[in-house]
Amino acid sequence: MTESDWTTGPEPPADPVIVLRDVTKIYRLGSIEVAALQGVSIDIEPGDFVAIMGSSGSGKSTLMNIIGCLDQPTAGSYLLDGVDVRRFEDDELADVRNRRIGFVFQSFNLVARSSALANVELPLAYGGVPRAQRRPRAEWALAEVGLEGRVQHHPAELSGGEQQRAAVARAIVTNPSVLLADEPTGNLDSATTADVLHVFSRLNDEGRTIVLITHERDVAAHAKRIVVLSDGRVVEDVRRVSVHDPPPLYQGEYETTEPPP
Amino acid sequence: MIGPESVRIALQGLAANRLRSGLTILGMIIGVASVIILLAVGDGSSRAVQQRIESLGTNVLLVLHRGPLGGAGGFRAAGPTLTAPLTLDDAKALSDSNNAPDVASVSPAVNASATAVYNGVSYSPQQFVGTNPSYATAHSYQMAAGTFFNSNDLAAHARVAVLGQTVVANLFGGQDPVGQSVRINGTNFQVIGVTARKGTNGFSDQDDVVIAPLTTVQDAITGFGSLSSITVQAQSRGQLDAATAEVTSILDSRHHITNARQADFRVLNQGALLQTSSATGQVFTTLLGAVAAISLLVAGIGVMNIMLVTVTERTREIGIRKAIGARKTDILAQFLVEAVLVSVFGGVLGVGMGILGSQFQIAGVQPYVQAYSVILAFGVAVAIGLFFGLYPANRAASLQPIEALRFE
Repeated sequence: MTESDWTTGPEPPADPVIVLRDVTKIYRLGSIEVAALQGVSIDIEPGDFVAIMGSSGSGKSTLMNIIGCLDQPTAGSYLLDGVDVRRFEDDELADVRNRRIGFVFQSFNLVARSSALANVELPLAYGGVPRAQRRPRAEWALAEVGLEGRVQHHPAELSGGEQQRAAVARAIVTNPSVLLADEPTGNLDSATTADVLHVFSRLNDEGRTIVLITHERDVAAHAKRIVVLSDGRVVEDVRRVSVHDPPPLYQGEYETTEPPP
Repeated sequence: MIGPESVRIALQGLAANRLRSGLTILGMIIGVASVIILLAVGDGSSRAVQQRIESLGTNVLLVLHRGPLGGAGGFRAAGPTLTAPLTLDDAKALSDSNNAPDVASVSPAVNASATAVYNGVSYSPQQFVGTNPSYATAHSYQMAAGTFFNSNDLAAHARVAVLGQTVVANLFGGQDPVGQSVRINGTNFQVIGVTARKGTNGFSDQDDVVIAPLTTVQDAITGFGSLSSITVQAQSRGQLDAATAEVTSILDSRHHITNARQADFRVLNQGALLQTSSATGQVFTTLLGAVAAISLLVAGIGVMNIMLVTVTERTREIGIRKAIGARKTDILAQFLVEAVLVSVFGGVLGVGMGILGSQFQIAGVQPYVQAYSVILAFGVAVAIGLFFGLYPANRAASLQPIEALRFE
């Protein structure tokens, strides 16, 4: 990882992080063809906080898989940081997921046998970061989400909100271009939901690009821009707050910690 | 990321289900230990045979008389009708270095049944032999005390005797017999030596023996008749066959034998007989090894089975790892290292168990562990772990991340 990867905050006019053009995804179930996405085009600028909404079956999960390089579109193009990922092999896609994308899942998806710290260190291990450098970075990421006191706890010893914050720490530890969250509050109660969304808002305020997939209006209300999908098409695309402003429901807290070199 | 990182992750994986990992390792332990123990039993019995061959004497042929109806040769319908016994002249003819260049020494021997008496105790040894000094070398007798008789004793018809350990134990009960006088069939013999323990040769107890000079025994007990046997020592192991041919040809001409079936003597190579049984022993070792190898194979299938279960169980975890950037080789390494660790643990513990188990006698055989069997068992165990781990690991590595993440 180079020095420039660590610089955060958009420098307008910046190139979009994500460029989706006429993205189509067709699943074949036996002889039936199901079009999950039908020509979706979205550009996402650095520093934006985008909520992708839609009911179940609207194609939002498929879109999330494509943005996250877990799946490939059937047609159309996808540029991540200006690079067309459609031509990538499995191992290159693994590296893209490792360095450019941070995943946060609905069911946290921490490795149960490992401590919070080990979970956060894992992407660094797969990214080939030397062992001595992993721990300080993982500790910094856990501090970013307010888990500095619980680094040695195993997932089973953490509350749902804490597990999700550990998952966010794991997602940001490699300093990715995009933080991709799939229903991150779906398994949380309202208090911890607010907690986690606050973390997202703060991270966005620090300049991180966030794409959040949700079906809840309350959750989407934290985003600067809301894209609504229905039947595999974009039916609504509303910008609520400028990319350069703080996220709408975010108050204060400008205590940014510098990441370790 | 292959290296210490994979080993650490694999160890965590093994620790996650200790009972299951333990049972799989146990299978491996049993496989490896049984290979080592069974090969050690096979090698131990081969070694016992080898020791018997060596105790018979090195490069030795035994010439025995064969009577008209059996005799030393057993019952034979087509046996010789007119027979001449083995004589001292026969023995002398065999020592002729021109006719028998491959013969190193010739020891004519007479056997008699004898009863030895010492201090009111009497004992009948299995063998009472009158022979030449070269008999000791030919039959690999070492001296535990005193000396063997020499050619002067032979020439002087000296009344001296050498006793085996069994005889000493029965007659003297632990006392030092050297210098004592023993009465054998009415004649007093002075004990001048005790032979070192040789054990059995597979036919008889070689320590239950009294050996005296041939001349003395003929004088006092058997008379100057025929010989019981002639022990011929060849110059070397490689010359045994040549010596056999020379001995046969000399005796054929002396006994006027034209047809081998009519021979009134036979030349026995007891070493060769035992080598046959040693070859049988090797077949036995191979069979035992094969049986043990099957248990090792079964253990390997156990490893594969458990790895397949583990992969299915951790499908979701594999999905997570892939989503955060694990490459195919990272996942492959994780599961392969896990499988190999199971077999390495099983191998190390199995080697320990095998060596421990080989300290005890099994079916009357003292197992003998050889380095090759340990290396073989351990190496095969690790190879089996690799081989049977490869398929499950590859299956894990080939999972599609979205499919794996969807797995409940």
